Amino acid sequence: MPFLVIEGLRKTYGAVHAVDRLDLTVERGEFIALLGPSGCGKTTTLQMIAGLVEPSVGRVVLDGADMSAVPPNRRDLGIVFQNYALFPHMSAAENVAFGLEMRKLSRTEIGKRVRDALAMVGLADKSDRYPRQMSGGQQQRVALARALIIGPKALLLDEPLSNLDAKLREEMQVELRQIQSRLGITAILVTHDQHEALALSDRIVVMNGGKVEQIGDPFTVYENPATPFVAHFLGKNNVFAGEARDGVLHIAGRPVGLHLATGRVLVSLRSEKIRLIPDTTDALSGRIVSRIFQGDHWLFRVETAAGVATVLRQNDGTEPPREGTRVGLAWNESDAWIQPQTESAAAPSAPETEQPIWEPAEALVEA
Amino acid sequence: MSRNGPLMLAFHTLFMAFLLAPIVLVCLVAFTPEGYLSLPTAGISLRWFKAVLAYPEFVNAFITSLWLAAISSTIAVTTATAAAIAIARYRFPGRDAITALFMSPLVVPHVVLGIAFLRFFSAVGVAGTATGLVLSHVILIFPFALRLGLASATGLERALEHAAQSLGATRARVLQRIVLPLIVPGIASGWMLSMIQSFDEVTMTVFVASPTTTTLPVWMFNYIQFNIDPLICAVSTLLIVFTIVVMIVLEWLYGLERLFAGTGQ
Amino acid sequence: MTKVQSEERRSAALLLGPAVLLFIGIGVAPLLMTILLSFNGWHATTGIDPSISFRNYADILSDGYFAQIFLRTLWIATATTVICILIGAPEAYVLRRMSQPWRSIFLMVIITPLLISVIARTLGWAMLLNGNGLVSTALQGAGLSSRPVSLMFTQTGVIIALVHVLVPFMVLSVWSALSRMDRSAEGAALSLGASQFTVFRRIVLPQALPGILSGAVIVFTLAASAFATPAIIGGRRLKVVATEAYDEFLHSLNWPLGAAIAVLLLIGIVTVVVGCNRWIERRYATVFQ
Repeated sequence: MPFLVIEGLRKTYGAVHAVDRLDLTVERGEFIALLGPSGCGKTTTLQMIAGLVEPSVGRVVLDGADMSAVPPNRRDLGIVFQNYALFPHMSAAENVAFGLEMRKLSRTEIGKRVRDALAMVGLADKSDRYPRQMSGGQQQRVALARALIIGPKALLLDEPLSNLDAKLREEMQVELRQIQSRLGITAILVTHDQHEALALSDRIVVMNGGKVEQIGDPFTVYENPATPFVAHFLGKNNVFAGEARDGVLHIAGRPVGLHLATGRVLVSLRSEKIRLIPDTTDALSGRIVSRIFQGDHWLFRVETAAGVATVLRQNDGTEPPREGTRVGLAWNESDAWIQPQTESAAAPSAPETEQPIWEPAEALVEA
Repeated sequence: MSRNGPLMLAFHTLFMAFLLAPIVLVCLVAFTPEGYLSLPTAGISLRWFKAVLAYPEFVNAFITSLWLAAISSTIAVTTATAAAIAIARYRFPGRDAITALFMSPLVVPHVVLGIAFLRFFSAVGVAGTATGLVLSHVILIFPFALRLGLASATGLERALEHAAQSLGATRARVLQRIVLPLIVPGIASGWMLSMIQSFDEVTMTVFVASPTTTTLPVWMFNYIQFNIDPLICAVSTLLIVFTIVVMIVLEWLYGLERLFAGTGQ
Repeated sequence: MTKVQSEERRSAALLLGPAVLLFIGIGVAPLLMTILLSFNGWHATTGIDPSISFRNYADILSDGYFAQIFLRTLWIATATTVICILIGAPEAYVLRRMSQPWRSIFLMVIITPLLISVIARTLGWAMLLNGNGLVSTALQGAGLSSRPVSLMFTQTGVIIALVHVLVPFMVLSVWSALSRMDRSAEGAALSLGASQFTVFRRIVLPQALPGILSGAVIVFTLAASAFATPAIIGGRRLKVVATEAYDEFLHSLNWPLGAAIAVLLLIGIVTVVVGCNRWIERRYATVFQ
């Protein structure tokens, strides 16, 4: 029996739908990620689940109970806010104790549970520190302890790791997942970081402009994107304009595989699915423009007649082709996602397909 | 040390001397053992301070100033804090206009305020009364109370209240445990700043006060017109010490730089 | 309007109510009445004559006596403002370049006089400026005068005392502007080859300018409407607008005339404040916000 059901949730401000028809069913103990660029409605969705924002249409059913009439202070949800929202005038221990005080537990009981909670997040010795005396990572853990100590029905996380530096973020991601699965608690995470969503969640809800683009487990969403937006948002993507003639797919005049339909098409390929092979006439060819070493992989930009391709190759210890080399591009047919080139499906093609070296997600995120 | 050259430091020293000279002089003269304006070169004496405390008019004026400041500050801070919360939280038509209205006493010369209040109070029949005095001071100090109230109210993150609610706190509890403790320093500072503004005010009060409701600055002003002597210096010194004490408390509570320059902390 | 919105409106109205009533009742009404009063007539024997006319304004604007007072006030205010800029702005700059704890200490020293009653401060100047005061002694010692010089009851004396009272405002205003400045901008200019002086002229000064200008507005308006300091240092014969209004109102008891002077002062001040602030905002808004 599903634990959390979101039915037809919609939030409208004036003429704008911040969230436009979200339907989602969550099982107990599941870890869900709401993923999308800023302004896509993911935070608003979370706020509606928490009861901090009233939905315009639709409802939230938690553990069988309709939350429409339940105020935020009685929903029994643990929330970790983006900037942690620690009470600045209270110490770490007092912050963590707050939820239990509201539930009128005894002093001794509270003291014991607070000690345990802080120990669980590794801050047993910092209980008397004030938020301003703690680092970002420590504050984040206090916020987590504060949310979990009340034994909530579900854990809501609003971009909790976005203010941490890269290494700390990775560590916290692992810890978060461990705590969540150990406690068996249902969790909903809001993030713009696709790596985070892919790494932590059982299922991802990809959102854009208030609408749901796709819901599925990370592998499926990544390998089988349902819409152009999902294809572009996750991973590094290449899009080539091609033409299918007599069952053969051509890109820039070169035959690259079989395709049954006829006509103009768009071929989407993930960077890691493209292989560099010696230059031949049977494949799309190009010249390596730049080569960047990233430790565990190499990133190439290859200029072809169909546009600049981004190719990712694992570092296997050998040195790959240098700049200026002419190469061919090959891939498994099943890795190519082919769409007819219609007006709406026309993703930015050819030279404009310039994928930035950095994550497209980062480029989309703005203050 | 600093990146200032010797020329700049010399300038700075002169500036400081200029700023402190009159204040230091007043304090020095207050301690003179002589019966006339002089520096206490022959030794320090407290005779003038004793004379001050024995001067009934001074004591009355001081007490008047004190309760006037306390009452008008309290009224100003309570109404201003409520208004600040409304302005910071809610969007409503005319918000900017109302804020400008509340800040307007800052733009009006005190002499104009004095004349206006005297005119109004005599028409209404409260000229020269304590009520009139209090009301005029409330209007005068309101902008200071409001400005600090606004700084506190806007500085309070909504997320903190949301967090408290999610942890089970009712609206009342949120107010009691989160909102109030966090804005109290701002309110207290607003109260103290308003008190000082009211206590020091002379230009407007000269019009609104009467012989029965003379405040300390007005009394001092009238006194100085006729003679300048160590007695009035002693009074001023007491005032200066009082101010410095309040200032130290304000610095500790809120931060003077933040109060006056909007920077720091 | 949703339920939440109307509830918000009600809370806002409740919170604002007392303050608004206070202001309209005690703030706006007196000013309106004063404006009305300024149009009334007056006779020495019969008191206020409730007829409406422009006579008071005509008198003020045509009489040389009033013209002299207004011009003197304008001159004093301008001189005070200029001097405050000349000594206040550099002081703020020097302060900015100081290291802690001196910076905080001296900032406190500058702010303290603002909280000390203007009477106490002016009293100090009254003692410094008169015949056997420090200033006179210094001037004699420097050979600039052979006799005791009293600057009491002179314009110069009033200006000096006003500068003392008001210069902290200038320092604070420039300080605010400078602290919003990005320190690394100076470093960047130096790395690009600019001399220290050029850095000051092309980088620091332009950014300090809004602070100087708003400080100037504050100082000018406070100096133009100053009462206690000109009254004590300037005395009965050296009148400024504020003391003249006081005289008409409380000594001559010619309320309508006093009201008219006050109204003219108000119009002047408000024009300067609103006009200058708007101009400053327009010129600097895009750059600094």
